[in-house]
Amino acid sequence: MYRTEDGEDIFIIDGHVHFWDASKENQKNVHGAEFINCFYAYHTSLSPKEVQWTREKFEKYSAEQMYNDLFVDGPDDMAICQPTYLYDFYTEGFNTTERNATMVEKHPDRFILNGAFDPRDGEEGLEALHALSEKYKLKGIKLYTAEWKGESKGYKLSDKATYRYLETAEKLGIKNIHVHKGPTILPLNRDAFDVADVDDAASSFQNLNFIVEHCGLPRLDDFCWIATQETNVYAGLAVALPFIHSRPAYFAHIISELLFWVGEDKILYGSDYGIWTPKWLVDAFMKFELPDDVAKETGVSLSRQAKRKILGLNAARLYNIDIEAKKQQLGLLHQVAAE
Amino acid sequence: MNMMQTGRVSEVLARLAYVTDPELDEPVTELGFVTGVDVDEAGSVRVGFRLPTYWCAANFAFLMADDMRREISALPWVGAIQVELGEHMYAETINRAMKTGMSFQDAFAEEADGNLDEVRQIFAIKAFQRRQLALLDYLAGLGYGVPALLEMTIGDLDALDVSPDGRKLIGRYLERRDIPGAAGPSAPAFVDGMANGLHADTYNAHRRTLRRVTVNVEFNGALCRGLLAARFGEPDPSLPDEPTLLDFVRRVVPGGTTAPH
Repeated sequence: MYRTEDGEDIFIIDGHVHFWDASKENQKNVHGAEFINCFYAYHTSLSPKEVQWTREKFEKYSAEQMYNDLFVDGPDDMAICQPTYLYDFYTEGFNTTERNATMVEKHPDRFILNGAFDPRDGEEGLEALHALSEKYKLKGIKLYTAEWKGESKGYKLSDKATYRYLETAEKLGIKNIHVHKGPTILPLNRDAFDVADVDDAASSFQNLNFIVEHCGLPRLDDFCWIATQETNVYAGLAVALPFIHSRPAYFAHIISELLFWVGEDKILYGSDYGIWTPKWLVDAFMKFELPDDVAKETGVSLSRQAKRKILGLNAARLYNIDIEAKKQQLGLLHQVAAE
Repeated sequence: MNMMQTGRVSEVLARLAYVTDPELDEPVTELGFVTGVDVDEAGSVRVGFRLPTYWCAANFAFLMADDMRREISALPWVGAIQVELGEHMYAETINRAMKTGMSFQDAFAEEADGNLDEVRQIFAIKAFQRRQLALLDYLAGLGYGVPALLEMTIGDLDALDVSPDGRKLIGRYLERRDIPGAAGPSAPAFVDGMANGLHADTYNAHRRTLRRVTVNVEFNGALCRGLLAARFGEPDPSLPDEPTLLDFVRRVVPGGTTAPH
C-alpha cells in the first residue's frame, strides 16, 4: 500500500514484473549477453543513483530479494509476472512461466502468473498453451514479438498463425494479451517498431484486452492514434514512468498525451522489475503534478482518482480482483486498523 | 598524422554532420554515434560508429552507414571508404555491405522484401512535422495568429526578418518542406503530412498531431542518449545547452511566452 500524506491508502498492482536468470552460466551466446546488457543500460540510465544495482545482482536476483523489493521495501500489493522466454539466448530460458511460478507458488496471494505463447510453434505450441492454461489457470499472456527463434527474428500479431493462438486464448478464457513490441520486425525494410499489427489484432478480437507495454514506445505517436480507435487497447507505463526522475518534463508530456488519447481508465502502472524497483517509481508518481502549461494545452489532469486507477484499479478490473477482499486476505485492513 | 590529414579529418567530420538519425532527425555527430575518423596518406577514409544498443533497428543502422559513405564520397580527394559499425547484431552484414557497395536489398536479401524508400519517407515526414511545430510555436510567440500563419507562403516565410534563432528554425523547416510534396515559393508555407492545406477549424487538431509526433521523438532522443551513455560507461549527458525543440514547444526559449521553469 502507498499511504498518501493526507492518510489515504492506495492499493497498488504492479502490472509488469519479471523473475529472470540472465547469469553468465545461463547465457547461451553473445545475444544473451547483449540482451541483459541492454536491460542494464535501461536500469542505470534511468534509475536514481542510490537505487542502482551491480551488474552481478542485476543478472540474477533471488526470490527473497524480489519479494522484498516489491512488497516490503516497495509499495506494491500485488504484481503480475510477465514471462519472456528467449530460449535462443538463454539455456534455461530468460524468464519463463515455470521460473516465475516458483516465485508465485511461494506467495500465491501476491502474484498473478501470466503465460506466453509463440505463434511459430505450430500445433505443438497450441497444445502447450492448453496445458499451460490448465496448469496455471491463466488470465493473461505476454507476447514478445521480437523474439528470435532459429532463423526467424520475430513475428506480428496480424500473422495468420498468431490469430490461431489468439482464438485459442479466447476459448481458454485468457482475456488479457500483454504485448511487448521489440525491434527487428520483418521484413527488415519496414519500421522495426511498427505497432499497426496491434490495431489489426485488437479490431479482430474485440473480447480480448491488448495491453501494449511501454505504451508503444518508441512509437507512442502511432500507438496513441490506435488506442483512440480501439476500445480494447491499453497502455502499460513501463519504460515511460522512470523518466519521472531524470526527465520529468518529458514524462509530463508523455503522460498528458496518454491521458488525452488513451484516457485514465486504460493506463496501467508497471515497474518492469528488475529493470526498475517500485518504491521510487510509485513515490515519484504519487508526488507528481502536471506542469500548468502542459495541463492547459492538453486539457487533461492527473488527479488523485486518475492515479488510483493507473496504480491499481484498472489492473484490478482487467484481472477481476476484488480489492477490498484482497486487502482482507493480505491482512492489510487489520494492519491499518492497528496503526 | 600530418597537417593535411588533420584537415581532412575535419572535412570528413563536416560531411558527417549532414547525416542524421532518420528517426531522431539529429546529426550522428551530435548524437555521439561517430567514434573515430582516420584518413591515411592515400586519402583512404575509415569511420567507426556505434549505436545506443546492440538491438537498434537494422534498417536505420544501414541507412546511417550508407548516408555516411555517400557524404564522404563527395569530398574530391577521397580514395577508399570504410564505414564500420561496432557491437551491433547486424554489424557483420552491414559492414560487409559497406565494403562492397551492396544495396540494402542485396545485403538483407532473405530478410527484406524491398528497399528502404518507404520507411525513409515515413520518418522524413515525422521530421517535417516536428520541424513545423517548432517553427509554428516560434512564430506564434512573435505574435503571428492562425490566419496569418495559414495565409503565409513559402516565399513569405523565407523573407521574414527574424533573429538568428528564428532563421535557423525557418531554414530547418524549409529544408524539409518538399517532403510531403514538391512546392514552389507561392505554395502555402504550412501543410500537413499529406501536403494538404490547413484550415482554421482543423488547425488545433493538426497541431495536436504534430505535438504527438514531437513528444515521441524528443522522448526517444532522450532515451537513446541515456542508453548510449550507459552502454559505453560515459557520464550521462546533461540537457544540452542549446535549446531543444522541446524547449520551443514548451515556450521556454526566446520567442516563447512563459518564463523558464
